[in-house]
Amino acid sequence: MIDSRAIDKVGVEERVARFQTRSIKNESKLQGLKMALSMIDLTTLEGKDTPGKVKQMCYKAHHLCDMHPGLPAVAAVCVYPTMVSLAKKELEGSNVRVASVSTAFPSGQAPMDIKLMDTRFAVDHGADEIDMVISRGKFLTGEYEFVFDEIASIKEVCGKARLKVILETGELTTLDNVRKAADLAIHAGADFIKTSTGKIQPAATMQVTYTMLMAIKDYFDKTGIMIGMKPAGGISTSKLALHNLVMVKEVLGNAWLSNEWFRFGASSLANDVLMQIIKSETGAYQSPDYFSID
Amino acid sequence: MTRLEILKTYKLFIGGQFPRTESGRYYTLKNIKGSTIANICLSSRKDVRNAVQAARKAFGGWSERTAFNRGQILYRIAEMLEGRRDQFIAELQLQGIVKSKAEKEVEIAIDRIVYYAGWCDKYNQVLSSVNPVSSSHFNFSVNEPTGVVGVFAPQNTSLIGLVSLVIPVISGGNSCVILASEVLPLCAITFAEVLHSSDLPGGVVNILTGKNKELADTFSSHMDINAIVYGGDDSTSLKMIKENATSNVKRVVVQQKDWMKPDSQDLYMISDTQELKTTWHPIENIGGSSSSY
Repeated sequence: MIDSRAIDKVGVEERVARFQTRSIKNESKLQGLKMALSMIDLTTLEGKDTPGKVKQMCYKAHHLCDMHPGLPAVAAVCVYPTMVSLAKKELEGSNVRVASVSTAFPSGQAPMDIKLMDTRFAVDHGADEIDMVISRGKFLTGEYEFVFDEIASIKEVCGKARLKVILETGELTTLDNVRKAADLAIHAGADFIKTSTGKIQPAATMQVTYTMLMAIKDYFDKTGIMIGMKPAGGISTSKLALHNLVMVKEVLGNAWLSNEWFRFGASSLANDVLMQIIKSETGAYQSPDYFSID
Repeated sequence: MTRLEILKTYKLFIGGQFPRTESGRYYTLKNIKGSTIANICLSSRKDVRNAVQAARKAFGGWSERTAFNRGQILYRIAEMLEGRRDQFIAELQLQGIVKSKAEKEVEIAIDRIVYYAGWCDKYNQVLSSVNPVSSSHFNFSVNEPTGVVGVFAPQNTSLIGLVSLVIPVISGGNSCVILASEVLPLCAITFAEVLHSSDLPGGVVNILTGKNKELADTFSSHMDINAIVYGGDDSTSLKMIKENATSNVKRVVVQQKDWMKPDSQDLYMISDTQELKTTWHPIENIGGSSSSY
């Protein structure tokens, strides 16, 4: 049985509040913004997604702002399994990866063999990363072993693809549960742990992300193995992204400050970061009118 | 026991709320005798940014209101101002304006709002046109609001100048960010209280106080401000505004009139912040004279 640390909620809130008061000088801010750009998983996960929409997003992924050379591309695009082969084709030749959600995203309410098929489908079509959801219902009724086995068997199907495990913290109700689910996922073989599907509010609050970062830190201190982190949902402004980067640096250290180990799941963040970058270079506040539509 | 007087804190008006400036700075407003009237927020670039964000957010909803509804809300502003006449007169006197002039200024302001309230559902009929073309199209032009408008209120009046510039802007469906008079700022913030209680959606009008010189650059280079109405009288500042405005082809409208005069209000103050949209509608023959109108 995994022994999860109890969470001191008041302590978490105080620590999180301190991350938001760091004064960041302009030059570091600019670097932070560019780093944030390179960590974005550009996401479209709608029932109404069409090949056209995915194509357009893939184009955006490696042409973030053509009028402004020298900017990094985003880390990955995140789509439904049926869109993987298209995204793969569109991104050929770039180093933008393709992540696919799976295991009956977003609810996870499907039989095990369907979840396995879902994952295998995405992997077979070339997904570099798999974003799975855990069975929150089972977790909340205390069937931890079920959840553990579920993650482990998906991990097996993933093969070379990296596995991100979505805890959907908005449905786990307490930080203690978040910590428990994070530990569970890490021990079951997750390469990344991810906060949310983006379909439930609240999503990636800083409290939740901090709790998960602490789980990663404790595991690293014990085993020396690094686990990645992906807050997703609700991070739509540069300011929030910078707060998150400050938190990662101060909790886990510089080693995690790359898109190998840290990602933002977001759709509208990229434009806001672009606007901030151009603002800090030209001094003029920018307008969404002059940037691509998300 | 004598009662302790409760003095008003003059704050900003952004997104329907009354925040202090994020910078924490202020300047002291003094009367002619040199004693302090109030501390006034000295807005920063970030306040401008926040105000523009609020104005942008409010623009869609406001411009989609029916013209009639906008007229009703403007009329409501006049009603609210009427109810606070005495307060405004006292505040104008506090800023050194003699009573008779102060009374006149408030009255003209109220009447001017009613004047533009009436235009709300009429200006488009007057300013739009059906255009003769030599092909089989029904060709017509209508007015649409420009978007977010930055307004520099005149320095030499506290209420009437600001009202005269802002009301035509919002009657045409724009939202706006106003920089109040630096030397006479009090009525701007009290006018915000009037707007706040007038069914005007939060963010349609945002009011900042501070230094014209400091903020003119931020206003005019802001890519999300679509037009600037300049009521000031500083030619160096205006030159800079015009130059910066080229970055996103902002309209710059200069308005310098004696706002106490009745002829300082007209329909064209509405059309100053309107864009003309022309539609070519393919059609066979309309009317008797083949295709053209």
